[in-house]
Amino acid sequence: MDFYLTALLQGLCFSGIALGIYISMTIFNIPDITTDGSYTLGAVVTAILLTHHQPVYITLPAVVIAGGIAGALTGIIHTKLKINALLAGILVMTALYSVNLYLMGRSNLPLINVSSLFTLIHISNDLNHNTFWILIIFVAIITLTIGYLLKTDFGIAMRATGNSESMIRSLGVNTDRMKIIGLAIANALTALSGYLISQFQGFTDISMGIGIVIAGLGSVIIAETLINWLRINSIWITLLLVLAGAIIFQLVLAVTLNIGVDANLLKLVTAMFVLLIVSLPRLINKTR
Amino acid sequence: MIDLTNVHKLFNPGKANQVNAVNGINLTIKKEEFLVIVGANGSGKTTLLDMVAGSVFPSSGNILINGTDVTKLPDYRRTQWIARVFQNPMSGTASGLSILDNFRLAAIRTHRKGLSVGVDTNFKKLVKEKVSILGMGLENKIEQPIGTLSGGQRQALTLLMSVMDRCDVLLLDEPTAALDPRSAHLVMRTADKLIKDYKLTAILITHNLKDAYTYGSRLILMGEGLVIKDLDTAKKSVLKQNDLFDWFA
Repeated sequence: MDFYLTALLQGLCFSGIALGIYISMTIFNIPDITTDGSYTLGAVVTAILLTHHQPVYITLPAVVIAGGIAGALTGIIHTKLKINALLAGILVMTALYSVNLYLMGRSNLPLINVSSLFTLIHISNDLNHNTFWILIIFVAIITLTIGYLLKTDFGIAMRATGNSESMIRSLGVNTDRMKIIGLAIANALTALSGYLISQFQGFTDISMGIGIVIAGLGSVIIAETLINWLRINSIWITLLLVLAGAIIFQLVLAVTLNIGVDANLLKLVTAMFVLLIVSLPRLINKTR
Repeated sequence: MIDLTNVHKLFNPGKANQVNAVNGINLTIKKEEFLVIVGANGSGKTTLLDMVAGSVFPSSGNILINGTDVTKLPDYRRTQWIARVFQNPMSGTASGLSILDNFRLAAIRTHRKGLSVGVDTNFKKLVKEKVSILGMGLENKIEQPIGTLSGGQRQALTLLMSVMDRCDVLLLDEPTAALDPRSAHLVMRTADKLIKDYKLTAILITHNLKDAYTYGSRLILMGEGLVIKDLDTAKKSVLKQNDLFDWFA
């Protein structure tokens, strides 16, 4: 049971990536590969500041700003230099690998005997339960903020940018600026996942971000499958489904490990699982 | 309202695929004038409209809107005067957003898109009222994604959206090209009514010679990047519909 609780907690930690990918897919129609880099960046900034005993009100904004800058860079490269969005993300992600290594000074930074978000507040005596409640509150605050943002005039304009650039330009929106801001927000969210995971697992490693975009992608695809199937129009339910997608994704991986699949095959299982969710709606339609 | 002075547009200058799309147009469009432009493919009509809208910049010459020089002003900065209906019904509306959200964006066309939630009960009521004018029953579907509607319905909605915020100039680039005759008729009739009710200055590009004959207070024939014929209201009214077909013979 504890095994699945851990998966649930990890799912909650990954809600940042899921929301970030959701936003970048909404404005860009492609998943933002910067994710691999900004996730690690968030974890690196967290580890460095926490090992220097910085309080949460310094660490948290620093992580958000770091992720935001990474996303904005991708946006600027894409809009101002007219470089393909996918390539722009890959360029920034590649550069961030070196940046992260340079910042850490080493490839791994442990967070032992360091105060973290999870030691900050004491709600329950059980460590896992304590972590659970802190995460629930944290994720709730992020989701409420993003949900509100998407309902504002700015949020509607951001959503329209990915749908029809010609339309939103003819309605007075500077689409270059919108894409830069949107990607900054998406990667700030991703960096927050890095912030949570590094404190949850107790260390930051330079390779923790490699291939992590598939976790966000998988979560969003699970959510979109449910959204299309249930014909959801509400923003709030959409975001809840994105969170659910993140949790389901981690639970599936936990089940896989639990039934005895070799841990080395985890990434293969991940790929197959994402393939399954993407093709399921199509296969069902074919048999109709 | 709109002044074009010696406007040229050259695509790919100096290269093998150079195109002289617009070759020196001098045109003044007065306030509340409804200008219809016809011409063969490649005559420069769409390029001209794109330069007025700001999605294309002229190679030389000036464009003024309401006295302001907008020659190098990008399209999203000209929306304080201009609303646009595209040829492709999918280009004027965001398919993933609801009718309500689309109308919200249209209602703040000339304003900053800020961090406040604008879609409240009053706004919903307003959109329902506006949409019911079309008589298509869409007022009961305003929370539905606009992508579920037909091209004709989306085009009609794009027209209604153009007057949700203050508008001086309405640009219509072959708005009925992708529509069936019934939808086309509804769209043109709605456009004409809005232009009259809101006293808009309008430019319509069309290949439909019946529409060119029926609508507008001024008619221009373009060819090879130049204005070939320019008929004001008086001259347009003595035209017979068959005369227009002769122009293209």
